[in-house]
Formats: sequence, structure tokens, C-alpha cells
Amino acid sequence: MASHYEASIRKPLVTGSKSYSDVSNDIARPVEGSANKQWWIVFSLALVAFLWGLGCIIYTISTGIGVWGLNKTVNWAWDITNFVWWVGIGHAGTLISAVLLLFRQKWRMAINRSAEAMTIFSVIQAGLFPIIHMGRPWLAFWVLPIPNQYGSLWVNFNSPLLWDVFAISTYLSVSLVFWWTGLLPDFAMIRDRAVKPFQKKIYSLLSFGWTGRAKDWQRFEEVSLVLAGLATPLVLSVHTIVSFDFATSVIPGWHTTIFPPYFVAGAIFSGFAMVNTLLIIMRKVVGLEDYITVQHIELMNLVIMITGSIVGCAYITELFIAWYSGVEYEQYAFLNRATGPYAWAYWAMMSCNVFSPQFMWFKRLRTSIMFSFFISIVVNIGMWFERFVIIVTSLHRDYLPSSWTMFSPTFVDIGIFIGTIGFFFVLFLLYSRTFPVIAQAEVKSILKSSGDQYKALRAEGKPLYTMPKRGKVTTYSVEADSISNQTH
Amino acid sequence: MYQFSQRFKLTTYVLMALGLLGLAYGFLSAPSTVEEAKAMVAAHDSDGHGSDHADESHTAADAHSAEAAHAQDSHAPGYETAAHADDHETAHDQHLLDQMRNRPWSAFYVSALFSFLIALGVLAFYAINRAAQAGWSPLLFRVMEGITSYLIPGGIILFVFFVLSALHLNHVFVWMDPEVVAHDELIRNKSGYLNPTFFLIRAAFFMGGWIFYRQFSRKLSLAQETATDNRNFVLNFRLSAGFLVFFLITESIMSWDWIMSIDPHWFSTLFGWYVFASFFVSGITVIALFTLYLKSKGLLEQVNTSHIHDLAKFMFGISVFWTYLWFSQFMLIWYADIPEEVTYYVMRFEEYNLPFLGMLVLNFLFPLLVIMRSDYKRIPWFVQTVGIVILIGHYIDFYIMIMPGSVGAHWSIGVPELGGILFFSGLFLFVVATALTKVPVTPKGSPLLEESKHFHY
Repeated sequence: MASHYEASIRKPLVTGSKSYSDVSNDIARPVEGSANKQWWIVFSLALVAFLWGLGCIIYTISTGIGVWGLNKTVNWAWDITNFVWWVGIGHAGTLISAVLLLFRQKWRMAINRSAEAMTIFSVIQAGLFPIIHMGRPWLAFWVLPIPNQYGSLWVNFNSPLLWDVFAISTYLSVSLVFWWTGLLPDFAMIRDRAVKPFQKKIYSLLSFGWTGRAKDWQRFEEVSLVLAGLATPLVLSVHTIVSFDFATSVIPGWHTTIFPPYFVAGAIFSGFAMVNTLLIIMRKVVGLEDYITVQHIELMNLVIMITGSIVGCAYITELFIAWYSGVEYEQYAFLNRATGPYAWAYWAMMSCNVFSPQFMWFKRLRTSIMFSFFISIVVNIGMWFERFVIIVTSLHRDYLPSSWTMFSPTFVDIGIFIGTIGFFFVLFLLYSRTFPVIAQAEVKSILKSSGDQYKALRAEGKPLYTMPKRGKVTTYSVEADSISNQTH
Repeated sequence: MYQFSQRFKLTTYVLMALGLLGLAYGFLSAPSTVEEAKAMVAAHDSDGHGSDHADESHTAADAHSAEAAHAQDSHAPGYETAAHADDHETAHDQHLLDQMRNRPWSAFYVSALFSFLIALGVLAFYAINRAAQAGWSPLLFRVMEGITSYLIPGGIILFVFFVLSALHLNHVFVWMDPEVVAHDELIRNKSGYLNPTFFLIRAAFFMGGWIFYRQFSRKLSLAQETATDNRNFVLNFRLSAGFLVFFLITESIMSWDWIMSIDPHWFSTLFGWYVFASFFVSGITVIALFTLYLKSKGLLEQVNTSHIHDLAKFMFGISVFWTYLWFSQFMLIWYADIPEEVTYYVMRFEEYNLPFLGMLVLNFLFPLLVIMRSDYKRIPWFVQTVGIVILIGHYIDFYIMIMPGSVGAHWSIGVPELGGILFFSGLFLFVVATALTKVPVTPKGSPLLEESKHFHY
């Protein structure tokens, strides 16, 4: 593990002078207690949105894709925008759990659990869209290369859409295993505290018989590192392959080589914005301000600023190279984006994704909770528009001007999107009531190096731990003179 | 304190002298007339090819491939300007001569650029470590500062090369030739950006910015040694963050200017980041090599195996990242297969097959297989071996980026190329070793230094 020494200029990552048992109590509290009124209100709203979306999905499947706003020219719009948006949001979880683990970043400890939960829930939302778009979702298994009785009927291995099937299912599986591995000691902690037999039974099933022996911990460390090593390329591969869906084509505005890394940067950008949105609310509602501190939010804001700037650099590169290429179709695609009928969406994207994160250069703003929350929402909106701009503006004016048209979503399109937001929050709210939302075992591992009271002790040069007094304490008072006399 | 030994100094002098001889030979043996150039090509073909040409299709396809190179350089398919047929023959011969005369210049340029970009990669790594307030690396800051001292002499040499190119002493950048621009509509449309004056202004501005940051950050870094507070440290942190923004923008433009414009019809939005990955991994490799060298001299006592392990992890990780970008750029262009873009790779597959594919083995497979294992990242000779292979591999990477556009099918890795490598290795080692003698190689005073000393993976 990383060194236990920590420079005094580093800010504490756990505040409120927490002891090990405080950590257990604080993190078990939401699971052991009962839900408050606010939780029920938000949950009901999310559930209603989810049910509305479910209704729209059933309507689509029973009637046909014609109920969507797609047309012959813009034959891919709302559904794929939502798909990419949700997949992108999922990236922050894996980045925090895998990449920041490899970099031994201690600040990941308080946020990795919820970020990974967010990853899994958002990938579920993303997966819905291609399945619904199939029209006959009961045949969704046809995307898998399964031997069949139709002769040589195989999936199209040349299609990036198929690569997506593999990439996203791998991503979901690895993320789930990673998430669950981290949960084992925490579930065991809740199991060991449970008083009701039913809860005890459930959490002992969930914790896979975790005992907390040294061997368990050693395997835990090893498997975490191996999974982090596997998941790091996945952070890059998933959105890279999503970008291939567009970039392998010959559609101006889609076919550009910067797409893979730029999609990945954009995904991390939107993912961190969503983590901020969720955690800023959660820390307040569940009372975890001592674990998810302003320092955590500031660091996430910095990641948002950096990835936002990288995305901005990619936008400008695309614009410039479109001009530089001398290819008139490329040039028109970008001119149309910036000045055509969808210019409002383009400039919304530019201001949300490139301009707004630049406020994070100011320490006052990036340490302000309200402002961080505001920017996180702005970035979520901006990244949705980014995908909309890329997809719709590149299609709506194609090579044949007589077929130029516009896209507008129907109520079904909007309903399904709102439904996925509802579904996402339903899952997240259920999670926050039943799962340990902070990786308490990992937070405990950094308490001595990064807890505020220990940092204070170290700064004063005091020992971190003194043996408690035991038994009858006898104090002697020996005069200095008498000692020197004895030596004679 | 590090001592630049007489023997080592002499070695760098010998490298530079041999390198200069090799380059001079390259310039003297280049053809000066069209007839000479044609005779050389004919002689070369009847040789049955040197062993470094593994491309069997070369002989049969020679006439055609020169045509292809020509077409790619100034007349991409579909953009043929109204050149008369008889004009075309003379233009073709002149083009052949230009390419052959470009060879020593290009050999010089590949090495000059690669050594400069190694120093720039180290500067970027240094700035990232400062801006991220990394705890493991402060012990290595003097090593990194020593390497970045090469930016000044390296930058001056590159700039002189650009000025000479703008004065038409070579045809490495064909768009600098007004004759070519006049006949090429595609280049003409870009001339608002691709013109010698603006090119030189940009180059001066970029180099100036990078060198300014290097000098200023070094000054603050040294001032922190004796300071009683953290003011210099904090200022350096802010400066580094600012530099990274400047670098993010200028690095891409630099790669378009200095490399992508050699194939002036071709474009790729990813190119800037691809070039960055290439010189970034080379820079980190050079940090590892110098660190191991200084440790072998009994210096940098507090640098432990965990630091070496971390450097090797970066060598491994960025090698994989480079491959990722290489693949992304290649695959998308290959898959879409549109003539505007695909000519770039057609040329490399047809004429540069061995180095083009061999580079992938050196830059990807070798690091992947050799230093994937955790223990091997801590063994000095493993890291050194992989490091040298990575440097060779990325030299070839830059070679493949530059040569097809400047010398076309008439490439070889011979005396001029080796001369370039020797000269710039000697100069690089001389400059860096001299810089390392200036101050103790173990820094003091940084508030994060204790973390670095206690660094344990």
C-alpha cells in the first residue's frame, strides 16, 4: 500500500475527529435506520417518472418505432443520444475505482462506492435504448454470436455496433465484480451489526462469507489490483468503441480520428459531473459531510475542469482541421453546426462544456458547494447536447439537399428519456438505503494518515496513539537531587 | 554533486564528431542534378536492393511508386491540377531530385526533432507532477530539470533548420515552395495558415513559451531550497497549471506544423495527441535511464526501487496508450477508406512496410511482454533494456511520420540517419550531463519531499 507518511500541506480527507467505530456507525446508520420523508418524496417522484417511461416503452414496442421522431434523413437521434449520454456518465465510476486506485489516490476512498453504483445504474439505462430500438426486444439475444439453425447466419463482426455489445457487456460485468468485491467487507460489517435475523441472513448472503482474516484481506488487495488493471483499459475501450459507432462511417462530422480519446475525456467529464450531482445531495441527506468533504468536491471539480478543457481542445481541433482539410463536406458540416438551424444546440454545448468549467480555476468557486452543484447540472446538460449536436447536425443535412430536414422528438421520445432518469434514481435511492454508501473499510485504511485529528497530532509532534492507563497507577516523585546522590 | 567525468565527456565529443561526419557525408553524396539522381536510382535498383529494404515489390513498382509518392505529395487523386503531360515529366524528375536531396536534411531533422521533443516530453511530465502535487516524484525533479535544459540548444537548432527550410535550402516542407503552391489548389487554400512567415512566428512563440516556463520553474524550484516558506512552491504549482493549458493548445498545433504539414494534403484530428504520446513515453524513458545512471554513480541515494517501479509503470502505461492512439487513428482511416486520408497509410504500407510494422513490435509488444510483470519493473537492467528499445522504436515512429512525405520511396537507414542519431545523442548527453553538474541532484526544501523520500509502493 501507499506510504503512511503524508505531507502536512495535504488537507485532511476525513474530518470530525472520527475513530474507527465512528466510521462504522456513520456508514451503517442509513442502512439500519428508516427512511425519512424527503427520501419517500424523491423516491415517489422517481418511481412515477420511471412508470411513465415504462408506459412509453410499452407503447413504442406495441405500436412500432414510428411513434418516435425519427425520419428518413435523421434516422438515428434521440435514442442514440441518450444511450451515449448514459454510457458516458458511467465512466467516472470506473475511473475512480480503477485508475485512481492504481495512482493510489486516497481521496477516492469516500466516493468510489457511490460512483461505481452510479456506473452500474447508468449502464443499465444505456443498455435499454438499443434494446428498445430493436423493435422486438425479445430477439435481443440475436446480437450475440450464437450458433443457430439458420445456416451461416452470423452477427456482423465488421460492425462497431457489435463491438459495442461486447465492450459494454464486459464493462458492466467487470464493474459489477469490482463493485461487489469492494462491498464484501462492508456487507460483513453490516451483517455483524444486524440484530434482526432476516437482515443478518440477507447481509451474510451478500457478503459471501467474509471473515476478515488476514488471508481475506490479502486476497482482497490482490484481486482489487488485478481488477483495477483490467478495468483501466476498459475505461478507455468502452467509450472508444462507442465513438467508433460514428467515426468508422464516412459521414462528415462523424468521421474524425480524434473521436476515441475525445469521447473518453467527455465521458469522464460528464461522469464526474453526475458524481458531483449525486454526492452533493447524498452527503447532505445522509449526513456524510465528514467523509465527502469540500476537499473531495474540489478535486472532482478539478477533474471536471481538466477534462472539460481537453474536450474544448478537441472541439477546436475538429473545427480547425475541418477547414484545413480542404474537404468541402467537412467544412460545411462544421459551418452548419455553428451557424445552421441547430446553432442554438451547438452554442449550448460550447458554453456548458467548454466555458462553464473554466470557472473552476477560481478556488472560491470550486470550493463552493452550491456553485459546484450548479456547474455539475450545467455539464450534464451540456454533455447531452454534445451528443445531440454530433448526431443530429451531421445527419439532418446529408449529401442530398432535397432530403434535408429537421428532427423533433415526440412525447414518447421525451417520456422514455425521463423514464430512464426516473429508473436511475429509483435504483440509486434504493441503493442508498440498503448498501454501505461509502467504502468504510477503505476509509478506515486512510484514517491514520489523512484523518484530521491524526494530522493535527502529527503536526504537533505527538504520538498517534498512547497506551490507555490500566490497573492501579502509582506515581513516584523523585527529586533530581536524590537521583544524582544515588549515582555516587 | 554529480561529476561529468572526462571519459564521458570525451565520449559525447566523439559521438558528435562522428555524427557530423555522417551528416556531412549525407549532404556531399546527395545528387545535385536530375541526371545524377536518375543514375543513382537506376544503380540502386540494379543492386537488387540493400538488405534494409525488405520490400520485394520495390523494384517492380519503383516507377509507379515514385509516381504514387509524387501524387501523394502534391497531386492527390481527384485534385490533379491542369498540368500538361510534357510538363509533368520534367516536374516528376525535379521532384525525384528534391526528394533525394531532402534525405540528409530529413535525417538531420528526425533526430533534431526527436531529441527536442524528448526534452519537451520531460517538461510536460514535470509540469504534470507539479500541478498534480504528486508525492512520489519530487526527488526526481533535478533530474527532470537537467533533461529539460536541452530545450534551449535543441530549440535553437530546430529553429535554424526551419529558417533554412523557409529559405528553400531543402524541400522537406513542400508547401514552402511557391512553385508547388501555385500548382496545388489544396495547398493554396491553406496558405493563410501554411506560409513560411506565420510558421516561423508560431514556432518561435511556442518554443519561447515552453523555454520560459522551463527557466522560470527551474528558478522557483531552486529558490525553494533555501526559502523559509512555501511561496515559491505555490507559485510554481500555479505556473505549472498555466503551462499545461498553454502546452495542451500549442502541442497540437506544433505537431500539425512541424510534422503533419510534411504531407500537406493529409489531415487527422488525432495527430497532435498521437505525437504527444510518442514523445511523452520517450521522455519518461529518458528520465528512468538518467535516474538509473545517477544511482549507479552512487547519487540519488533516497531514490528507491519504488520510484523506478513507478517510472517503469509510466513507461508501460504510456506505451499502451500510444498504441491505443496509433490504433485509433489507423483503424478509423483504414475502415473508412476515403482517398483524402487513406493515401497516408497506403504509402507507409507499400514503401515503409518493415519499419512501419516493426515499430509496433518495438513500441507495443516489447514493453507489453517485458515489463508487464511487477517485479521486472524494479530490476534496473530490465528497465534499461526496455528503455533503449522504446527509444529506438519511437525514433522509427518519428522517422515514419517524416520520411514518406519528404524523401518518398528513396529511404534508407544509412550513414546520414546514423550520423543524425549519433550527433544528437552526443549533444543531448553533453548538455544534460553539464546541466546536472550545476546543483546537487537531490533537491531540498519542497514540502512534498518527505513524502517522496518515504515513498513505498
